[in-house]
Amino acid sequence: MANRHSHRHQNRVAASQCGPTMYRLECGWHRRWSPTARAQCHLPTTTVGNHRCNVISTPKAQCTVDNYGVRKPYMDVIDVSWGDPHGGGVKPLTFVRQVLAACIYPELVESDKLPVEVKQRAQSLLSACDGGSVGSYTPTGGISYIQCSVSNFISRRDGGVPSSPENIFMTSGSQRSLMLVLKLLVHNQASLPTGVLTAVPTYSSFKMMLQRLGAAVVPYYLDEEQGWAMEVEELRRALQASKGVCNTVALYVINPGNPTGHVQSRKCIEKVIRFAAEERLFIMADEVYQESVFGKGSEFVSYKKVLSEMGPPLSHTVELASFHSASKGFMGECGLRGGYVELVNLDPAVMKYAYTIFSTDICAPVTGQLALELMANPPRPGDPSYPVYAQETQSIRAMLVHNMNWVPEFLNNIPGISCQPMMGGAFVFPRLYLPQAAIEKAKVVGMQPDLWYCTRLLEEAGVCVGPGCEYGQKEGTHHIRLCVMTPVETMEEVLKRLKNFHLHFLKEFS
Amino acid sequence: MSASRIGQMLSSKSLRVITRENYRFFGNGAQYPAGHLTSGVRSVMIPSPLSPFSSQSRALSGVSEPPRGLVQEKMTENAVFSQNKVLTIDTMNPNVKNVEYAVRGPIVQRAVQIEKELREGVKKPFTEVIKANIGDAHAMGQQPITFFRQVLALCSYPELLKDNMFPEDAKSRARRILQACGGSSLGAYSASQGIDCVRQDVARYIERRDGGVPCDPDNVYLTSGASDGIVTMLKLLVCGEGASKTGVMISIPQYPLYSAALAELGAVQVNYYLNEEKCWSMDLSELERSLAEARKHCNPKVLCIINPGNPTGQVQSRQCIEDVIRFAAKEHLFLMADEVYQDNVYAEGCQFHSFKKVLFELGPQYSNTVELVSFHSTSKCYMGECGFRGGYMEVINMDPEVKAQLIKLVSVRLCPAVPGQALMDLVVNSPQPGEPSYTTFMKERTATLSLLAEKAKLTEEILNTVPGITCNPVQGAMYSFPNISLPQKAIKEAKALGQAPDMFYCMKMLEETGICLVPGSGFGQKDGTYHFRMTILPPTDKLKLLLAKVKEFHQKFTRQYS
Repeated sequence: MANRHSHRHQNRVAASQCGPTMYRLECGWHRRWSPTARAQCHLPTTTVGNHRCNVISTPKAQCTVDNYGVRKPYMDVIDVSWGDPHGGGVKPLTFVRQVLAACIYPELVESDKLPVEVKQRAQSLLSACDGGSVGSYTPTGGISYIQCSVSNFISRRDGGVPSSPENIFMTSGSQRSLMLVLKLLVHNQASLPTGVLTAVPTYSSFKMMLQRLGAAVVPYYLDEEQGWAMEVEELRRALQASKGVCNTVALYVINPGNPTGHVQSRKCIEKVIRFAAEERLFIMADEVYQESVFGKGSEFVSYKKVLSEMGPPLSHTVELASFHSASKGFMGECGLRGGYVELVNLDPAVMKYAYTIFSTDICAPVTGQLALELMANPPRPGDPSYPVYAQETQSIRAMLVHNMNWVPEFLNNIPGISCQPMMGGAFVFPRLYLPQAAIEKAKVVGMQPDLWYCTRLLEEAGVCVGPGCEYGQKEGTHHIRLCVMTPVETMEEVLKRLKNFHLHFLKEFS
Repeated sequence: MSASRIGQMLSSKSLRVITRENYRFFGNGAQYPAGHLTSGVRSVMIPSPLSPFSSQSRALSGVSEPPRGLVQEKMTENAVFSQNKVLTIDTMNPNVKNVEYAVRGPIVQRAVQIEKELREGVKKPFTEVIKANIGDAHAMGQQPITFFRQVLALCSYPELLKDNMFPEDAKSRARRILQACGGSSLGAYSASQGIDCVRQDVARYIERRDGGVPCDPDNVYLTSGASDGIVTMLKLLVCGEGASKTGVMISIPQYPLYSAALAELGAVQVNYYLNEEKCWSMDLSELERSLAEARKHCNPKVLCIINPGNPTGQVQSRQCIEDVIRFAAKEHLFLMADEVYQDNVYAEGCQFHSFKKVLFELGPQYSNTVELVSFHSTSKCYMGECGFRGGYMEVINMDPEVKAQLIKLVSVRLCPAVPGQALMDLVVNSPQPGEPSYTTFMKERTATLSLLAEKAKLTEEILNTVPGITCNPVQGAMYSFPNISLPQKAIKEAKALGQAPDMFYCMKMLEETGICLVPGSGFGQKDGTYHFRMTILPPTDKLKLLLAKVKEFHQKFTRQYS
């Protein structure tokens, strides 16, 4: 494999590498789809894994030749199918990486290579690690110093609602927390499977988790016409339909939405909580995109805050697990694998088993825990590191705000595509109106229409997006998912290619 | 699939993930296409699509009174007790109740409490808690390998590459790792199986270690510590109900990760006992006994071995490994070899032999058929880097369809922590002669390992001077697992408290001396025998002090209860 490197467009992969890229498995479709794709692309099938480093910097050339000599009408493949900010070219925050480096190699604390403030932070973190080393195991829930930081962070975020450090469990990414909480909830020896109310569309790996545990997905549909809003009537319908089929015990909510980009209002959250209380459901609130809310008039309000403000009895009874992560937001540190769950109102007897089940992982990677600490306690105005930090986060914010407004607008101007306004999160989920002939064709090939569309988009335009069928959608509708946490220049290229491809596609089938 | 594979123990048909293929999705079943799958991964990749009115809907129409309603009624009655919770001890996944994880169990939790009390100024007969309960080398003061930390710091903050504070080989390793990361950042997700170039380096390391036995990087999966790999493999292997339920053979004593995972998966734990009289060796006759016994009530499919042993510290001879492999081949068992202590061999005449190497030396009859997975990690050996959660597993002779399932299983957790992967890479690709960091690296490595060897010997010797304690030689790994004789009166008192006698003993020791050990009952032991596990990791001075305190406590305890 070639070793051409560039740091400019990190989510671009040389056309000849697109097979392996497809094997980066955030969601099932890459996996399912790639054997076909590779066969179609005549790409090498011996390598599986990450070849993102092999990048061609700009798509100047109109055409390239892959390893098998197949000519492609594009120079590189751009992958916006999943939320991997650094992989997509977003730079890590300097302060975060400086502290991390100093914790890993404490000689740096003694040196003059890093700002004093960074060294102090590192020192206090190191003294919270057993043996003063990030190489030690930590307690099950995480380093207690960091548990306290996270709990303070939550309290601050929620306007003073108390949070207890013992209720925080840090794990290797928030996905792991989700899995462990599900392990407590899913009763696989009962006569009926355990059901979990799950949005359609939803982040796909959650469904894989339920499947693995033998639980039932109880789908509720988000209202696309209302900007993907969550409606309690729909929740009620879904729950009713599940009766007799499974024992629905939990409600899974992603807010801000993935893949929809919707942000729930306080009023909506209140209604959902009331519904959960009435129907005796455990709420699992996936709030990993809480930092990325920039839509006009929208703000992030946590389920915990709303619950607490609803007062007793609800605030003392409704069971809630709220998830957050260092992978999203400004830090975007996916690779460090730092996530946490806060467990609220759990039966103390169950908490004991929660501890046991989290213990089986021994502990979360310390680097991920450090990332959470730095997320909870970023530099503040007045700190020497603040100006650089503010500038870096500001440029990420500007990129997101720009993309959030501009991308849906651009998509809406393409015939046959409609896109709801984006309020937060990292993804847009535009709807495709595919010609009947194309739908028929997809059936012949044996693929879902939007999956087939994505295959062709990748094949013909070198753009990798997620097909709606992977996330779930109303029958007869088709969508794609795109990550907008992507440098503007790259995003422009993506949309330009998508538009050309789409128009060509429409022509072909009309 | 080749004919020879048909009879493979772990076939896709016996997979739990597949037998449970009823991906219970009702409503819009059309979202789960199967038609586009290529033949190699046919139907195993995705559950069959359930249309809204397939088998599930029959259940829908057939039930007049939703059982959920029943549950609710009962809950309301119990409201006073359950405080109206959804998740209570009664509704919780019952398997979780059977999960015990002794190395993080009640003793350790109490130790944490005591530490807090000490900080708050509560008077105790000791001033600090000494944690000899867990194989956590850095926590006990072992210093990290300089080279590893330099490279990781460079990867974290690449600006440092411009600095002359770091040696050239550290810089070039860092550049190489960064180039293999998305966006040249440790903060990008990696492929679920792990970074390509790391897996290639692991494969080359295994080849060197095993004297040239080939290793395909495609068979290497990076994991979050070895535990992640072990649990993942067990998930793949466990299936069935009742008499067809998967049985997994584990040594007694064992590392509680195994029993915890099996309890959670609802698998049958099949015990085979190590022979304490023969320095915790593994006897073939005992394996045979245990297997025959298990076949009466479950379907034993897996044999787990920890070598060098945890908690028992024995190192298996080559002959013994050969016997085990032949046994596994004959009895059609999938081998899981936990080899995380492969550099921790101290006793003279002992040597680490990997299962893979021995398997290949037994010839194609075995090397082409016996299914084996071997685990390694960054947490033990001379590095002791537990906090990074680095590890890998190599899977040999696994059915290709099952491999596809394994990829799916590991993809749910996205990827192992990237710094851990980077560290794993450094462990398998350490400084070579001629490189600037080589001398320091070797010095540090050798010093750590010889210190551990010293402490292994010291522990065994001192423990054996205590009447009522007998300790086998600590040939390898990081623990001693001495046998302790407890007075009848103490056993009675423990039982009255509902405690295992050695738990009672260890708890008392913690309260009186501040020493935190794990009772043998947490690992399993022959009925009527009692043990504790103690790490050999504390610094020599502290270890001596600790051993003296153990001695004193044991004598006092014996006096008190006789």
